[in-house]
Amino acid sequence: MTLKRTLTLAAVALFAAGGAAQAQISDNVVKIGVLNDQSGPYSDLAGRGSVVAAQMAIDDFGGKVHGAPIQLLSADHQNKPDVGANIANRWIDVDHVDAIVDVPTSSVALAIQDITRKKDVVHLNSTAGSSDLTGKDCSPTMVHWTYDTYAQAHGTGTALTKQGGKTWYFITADYAFGHALEHDTAEAVKEAGGKVLGSVNAPFPTADFSSFLLQAQGSGANVIGLANAGTDTINAIKQAHEFGITKGGQKLTGLLTFISDIHSLGLPTAQGLILTDAWYWDHDAASRAWAKRWSQKMGGGRMPTSVQAGVYSAVMHYLKAIDKAGTDEAKKVVATMKSMPIHDMFTQNGHIRADGRMVHDMYLVEVKSPAESKYPWDYFKILRTIPGDEAFRPMDKGGCPLVQASAGK
Amino acid sequence: MMWIAAIAALALAAPYAVYPIFLMKALCFGLFAVAFNLLLGYTGLLSFGHAAFFGFAAYVTGHAMKEWGVTPELGILAGVAVAAAMGLVFGLLAIRRLGIYFAMVTLALAQMVYFYCLQAPFTHGEDGIQAIPRGKLFGVLPLDDMYVLYYVVLAIFAIGVWIVWRAVHSPFGQVLHAIRENEPRAVSLGYKTERFKLAAFVLSASLAGLAGATKTLVFQLASLTDVNWHTSGEVVLMTLLGGMGTVLGPVAGAFVITTIENYLADIGAWVTIIQGIIFVLVVTLFRRGIIGEALAFVERRRRQ
Amino acid sequence: MVTFFGVPIQALMGQLLLGLINGASYAVLSLGLALIFGLLNIINFAHGAQYMMGAFVAWMLLTYAGINYWLALLVAPLVVGLFGVLIERLLLHRLYKLDHLYGLLLTFGLALIMEGLFRQAYGISGQSYDPPQMLQGGVNLGFMFLPLYRGWVVVVALAVCLAVWAGIEKTRLGALLRAATENPALVRAFGVNVPLLITGTYGFGAALAAFAGVLAAPLYSINPLMGSNIIIIVFAVVVIGGMGSILGSVLTGFGLGLVEGLTKVFYPEASSTVIFVIMAIVLLIKPAGLFGRAN
Repeated sequence: MTLKRTLTLAAVALFAAGGAAQAQISDNVVKIGVLNDQSGPYSDLAGRGSVVAAQMAIDDFGGKVHGAPIQLLSADHQNKPDVGANIANRWIDVDHVDAIVDVPTSSVALAIQDITRKKDVVHLNSTAGSSDLTGKDCSPTMVHWTYDTYAQAHGTGTALTKQGGKTWYFITADYAFGHALEHDTAEAVKEAGGKVLGSVNAPFPTADFSSFLLQAQGSGANVIGLANAGTDTINAIKQAHEFGITKGGQKLTGLLTFISDIHSLGLPTAQGLILTDAWYWDHDAASRAWAKRWSQKMGGGRMPTSVQAGVYSAVMHYLKAIDKAGTDEAKKVVATMKSMPIHDMFTQNGHIRADGRMVHDMYLVEVKSPAESKYPWDYFKILRTIPGDEAFRPMDKGGCPLVQASAGK
Repeated sequence: MMWIAAIAALALAAPYAVYPIFLMKALCFGLFAVAFNLLLGYTGLLSFGHAAFFGFAAYVTGHAMKEWGVTPELGILAGVAVAAAMGLVFGLLAIRRLGIYFAMVTLALAQMVYFYCLQAPFTHGEDGIQAIPRGKLFGVLPLDDMYVLYYVVLAIFAIGVWIVWRAVHSPFGQVLHAIRENEPRAVSLGYKTERFKLAAFVLSASLAGLAGATKTLVFQLASLTDVNWHTSGEVVLMTLLGGMGTVLGPVAGAFVITTIENYLADIGAWVTIIQGIIFVLVVTLFRRGIIGEALAFVERRRRQ
Repeated sequence: MVTFFGVPIQALMGQLLLGLINGASYAVLSLGLALIFGLLNIINFAHGAQYMMGAFVAWMLLTYAGINYWLALLVAPLVVGLFGVLIERLLLHRLYKLDHLYGLLLTFGLALIMEGLFRQAYGISGQSYDPPQMLQGGVNLGFMFLPLYRGWVVVVALAVCLAVWAGIEKTRLGALLRAATENPALVRAFGVNVPLLITGTYGFGAALAAFAGVLAAPLYSINPLMGSNIIIIVFAVVVIGGMGSILGSVLTGFGLGLVEGLTKVFYPEASSTVIFVIMAIVLLIKPAGLFGRAN
């Protein structure tokens, strides 16, 4: 063996051993923190189920990337932005967490967005709805994975109007979120050739919607849109059933309703409701297989929501990007994530735009009647697949500074 | 004096040992609880709506600094001024009723403020006001430096506590004490007790506003959490737990509750349950609170 | 069509009826609060949690034991009432010699514990409870479609309120209760077991809250926070009515339900705050409340 060859081999070995593992993976460990609501309104939607989903992604990936172990942390932000900010700051400054994942409720998500942008840490958001995360508040280290209020509103508004729901009446939660949801949906309805007959602003929270439902019923609109969320939506749907609204021929749609809400309502009450969701566990073989594995790990009895599946998909893609980029440096990893298409049990044709929006198909679904449902959690029939480019807000309309920067180049 | 020097030294050195953001949060809640205790501990009035002053001042400060670009000291001043004005209105209505009614009236009024904050455009609903720039205090001190910020917050805290201390140990404080012990007697001595109660209420509301405004600087956000009635309940808990017989007792309570909230964050709904259990335990067994019990213990030892 | 400020009279009647139905739960809840306050001089902050427990117990009875609505209407208040008796015996009775504020604080702590435990056990997205078979569907009243169950709620709530009022005004036990409220020492001197009377009253107040909870179970999503949302409104109702009279608290409950119902038609944005605004006005004009005695 010549000296030169020995030296080359040594250099290669050195590069392989030290370079990949130590020089580029900070602290020689990749730490992922799931920060969400584990006791409040979003605990069934995301909660512990998201932590399990993230752990599954880490296990399926093999537990290590470039020889560095992958660790999972989790915490409950109690839906308080200062508690969330405190945990995130501590995770980043003390524990050196590389990515913060899930983060429901927009007040906490926007606070985390600000922190991760400043401290250069990855933020993979699945459960928060605010479209501002990829609009005026976008960040080069953030990817918004599963849905946003614009896509929910636009998807439902467009698809349902095209299906024949020409006239609309809104029951709107009287605060910024509700108004945004109504505004985005109304815009889509008008674009698709429909007409908005009126709306009523219900205070948030409201337990008794009967008065507003009566006003909506009296409007004679084809579709009653519920621009609210959580318990308010559940109560409104329950009472709409009580007053026989859907039996009277009007369609009811929850603009921000998830499968966990349907489960809570039960099919007898929720049947006929129309909604848009980003993913459905019973959609195809891959999603079913994953959902069953998840359900087992959760102790059975539940099926995953779209945002829990989104957490799995996002973490998996993040790890793949670290593997490809050979570093866990936030901006580089996210840039790599944006360069790779997403093809997994969550989506067949996903891609991440410059503003951080993961674009994928959404589904307009109708809740089955008890007679149509054959097995537990057999809740949805898919009315229409909404192509990602139709559902999500066009990049130039969001006002994300990153987009203007890249367009200027 | 030894005590004060020791506490001061501890407070000055603390950020090098404990996570500064956590300390600042605890200091803000500590000041909030001290302000609240001026009413509960020293006047005998239980307000169940103090979150309104704390949270609304946070919004005002955040809005002034982010949208109008004012300096931190002006932002805080604006928050405190609005909290004082609110305190005047609340106080005028609430002191018309006594005892339990007083608590319910303040709770209901605070709930109105909460609904207003939910609907008003300037608070940005559930998003809250985010990414508020910290700016430079008096145009020179850069508050983005964690340590500078800490000492500023510590100074604000010290000033706030000092004001309460002065108020309690002044003739004004003596009258409040007399009202707490026996209001009819204070009236018969010729004091216009309503005015004193109102003054105490406004002072308490202003300082609660100061605490909320300072918290905005620390977290750079203002949100609905701080105007929610749960926050009103928390400050009652902090005060009870720490001990309402002393000026600094509520601070101890604030540190304990903040610690529970932040470091036991993995256990979800248990945080609420633990808070409830502490409530029940303190009310039934340790009504003097941590500091009160500790002082009593020291006193017993000295007598032996 | 006849209209009233631009709203058809018929629609208005429907809305008033709905308001009355909501007023029914305010009335039953404020009745329980007033009873407890009258004798114990404490504000029962756990009232909302007991209301929530009533709904949950009804749901648990159905889910785990197959016990139907009608039985639950009796059993759930009994269970929660006994729970109330325990609370009074073990905790509250230690506080009577102290400032009444401690009672408020203790019950607030208890409310947090109950809410937290149910959150821990059942999450927050809520459970669903169907009205009994007999009361499903509805009748067309001409001006509106009235679900049978809502009609039942108004009738039974009114009946319960009247029965409690009559019980207190017309029976010997009621007379004792009124006397004990006025002067406990004197009543004790007559050989009446006042502590027992107090325990029973707290238990009965808690049972009334649970009864309102069972009535609400088929109407709303049963979730751990349902109590804390309604209790603050009921506090305002109580402040407006003044807690001096039983009938007064019932009338105020129904009346404010109507006012709230009208607000939902004419200015829906304010329907969550209208009761608080009325409270502020009443405080300015008549600080003791509409039916209260000056203190």
